[in-house]
Amino acid sequence: MTALELQNRVSAGWMIFRIALEERLTYRGDFALGTMMRFLPIITHIFLWWAVYESVNGGRLAGYSFGDMVAYYLLSMLGRAFSSMPGLASTVAKQIREGEIKKYLIQPIDMLNFMLLGRAAHKVAYYTVATIPFAIMFFLCRGYFESGIPNLQVWIAFVLSLFMAFTLGFFLDLCIGLVGFWFLEISSLLFVYMLLNFFLSGHMFPLDLLPSHWHILISYLPFKYLAYFPAAIYLGKIPQESLWQEIGIELMWLVGMILLARVLYQRGLKRYSGYGG
Amino acid sequence: MHPNYFRVFLTFARNSLVRDMMFRANFLIEAITGLAWACMNLGFYWIVFEYTDSIGRETGWGKYEFFVFLGTTWIVNSIVQTFFMPNLDEFSELIRTGGLDFVLLKPIDSQFLISLRKINWSGLSFLGLGGVTVWLSIQQLCQRAVSPWQPDVGTFIFYPLFILCGVTVLYSLMICLAATSVWLGRNQTLYDFWFYITNFSRYPMEIYTRGWGLPLYFLFTYVIPVLIVVNVPARIMAQPIYGGASHRGWLPVFMLCATVITFFASRWVFNRSLSAYRSASS
Repeated sequence: MTALELQNRVSAGWMIFRIALEERLTYRGDFALGTMMRFLPIITHIFLWWAVYESVNGGRLAGYSFGDMVAYYLLSMLGRAFSSMPGLASTVAKQIREGEIKKYLIQPIDMLNFMLLGRAAHKVAYYTVATIPFAIMFFLCRGYFESGIPNLQVWIAFVLSLFMAFTLGFFLDLCIGLVGFWFLEISSLLFVYMLLNFFLSGHMFPLDLLPSHWHILISYLPFKYLAYFPAAIYLGKIPQESLWQEIGIELMWLVGMILLARVLYQRGLKRYSGYGG
Repeated sequence: MHPNYFRVFLTFARNSLVRDMMFRANFLIEAITGLAWACMNLGFYWIVFEYTDSIGRETGWGKYEFFVFLGTTWIVNSIVQTFFMPNLDEFSELIRTGGLDFVLLKPIDSQFLISLRKINWSGLSFLGLGGVTVWLSIQQLCQRAVSPWQPDVGTFIFYPLFILCGVTVLYSLMICLAATSVWLGRNQTLYDFWFYITNFSRYPMEIYTRGWGLPLYFLFTYVIPVLIVVNVPARIMAQPIYGGASHRGWLPVFMLCATVITFFASRWVFNRSLSAYRSASS
């Protein structure tokens, strides 16, 4: 690749990113309100666990104090803000079904990269608006972060895990969408995936609460990196000595999913027959 | 001449069923989807009760009492979702598009027509699940060694009665919310609002009676009475022995009043919204 080609690619990528960003910021009022509302379920969770902890001897559940539990919910929401990809798989499947992906085949733009850039822009738009509600919530709940601010190494791992949660979440969703090349209607599959994702990512509760044999099984799946893992890193639930090893495993999952998405896309295009007008 | 409301309702019910049966696989998938989410919820509480005997100290919400509570939540929500949710969601849309004109022209009570036109039969799968959960939990409560659950005629009369009250309260709140779209223009987030408001009602009210939960407790019990919707019937079924004796014994009386008040208030809001309605896009 020559320097000129590279420059062209970067500027095309930058343009895609900017268009998607501006498209997203059009509805910022609606956006900010929606983000605030999303914190309401946390309030009920705080009270539920408050009541549960009152009747628990020793004040700890699977190593989590009440403060840890609330902090966990806040942090896992942050993780979900990075990893959740609303509508991605269904959009991909719809574009395949209705023949819309033809446009990627006749333009010098790679579909997967185009979508990744689009999503990244959506997320950046989301964070610009959502930072304020998130900051308010974390400030109000600062008392629940009992173990204080973790050290630099944990911080680096935490930030890294959030970015990887975004990419892993993207490619997992994308792969489900690309299955649409084989089955035109994927809503049932998508539903099963969303259900597993919600339960096994640790969005509902810290995965450490599960009985140990379940916990072991789930730790072999990629879902935990979407919500549980970043929160667990921050709260010091991942021992420092295995921290980088865990990050390495996540990286392997990530590379695996990227390769899978590429293979699905290449194979899928061979089957694709351009339905629709 | 007044139309026969019951026969009109039956026609709506039959039409909706015919429509649902046209897409049978979709109907089944919708029913299963709901059940799967519910089972996941059940799994979550199952795990919580691995660590504790009750939700809160001396609240009486032990494992099976709480499962009665959960079952009651599903029953109440399924009735609302089956009969009212699809219609009230459309109400906002009717206002926005001006389709409400055609409703107002018909020689029948507009609130009735708007509230019950469509019935989402697949929502009833939740009702079945809720019923089974309550039934199985009660069986467990009957068999326990300490103060087993004892059947009482009152329980079987009051439980369904207060479930209906709960449904009425939720319906009234929902129609008020939907009617606001006359003034606000658009109200796409009715489902969202609905989710967040009922979110408070899904837990025993005792959990809010601490710290900064007290203002919430009073707000959602006495001003926007969503907390009593599930709590009162569930308590009647799960904890009949304490029901009358505890300090919350007067809540059923309050609930009866709240049901009547919210229903008439919602009708007032609804009529106000109709008089503020200016037809659109015609």
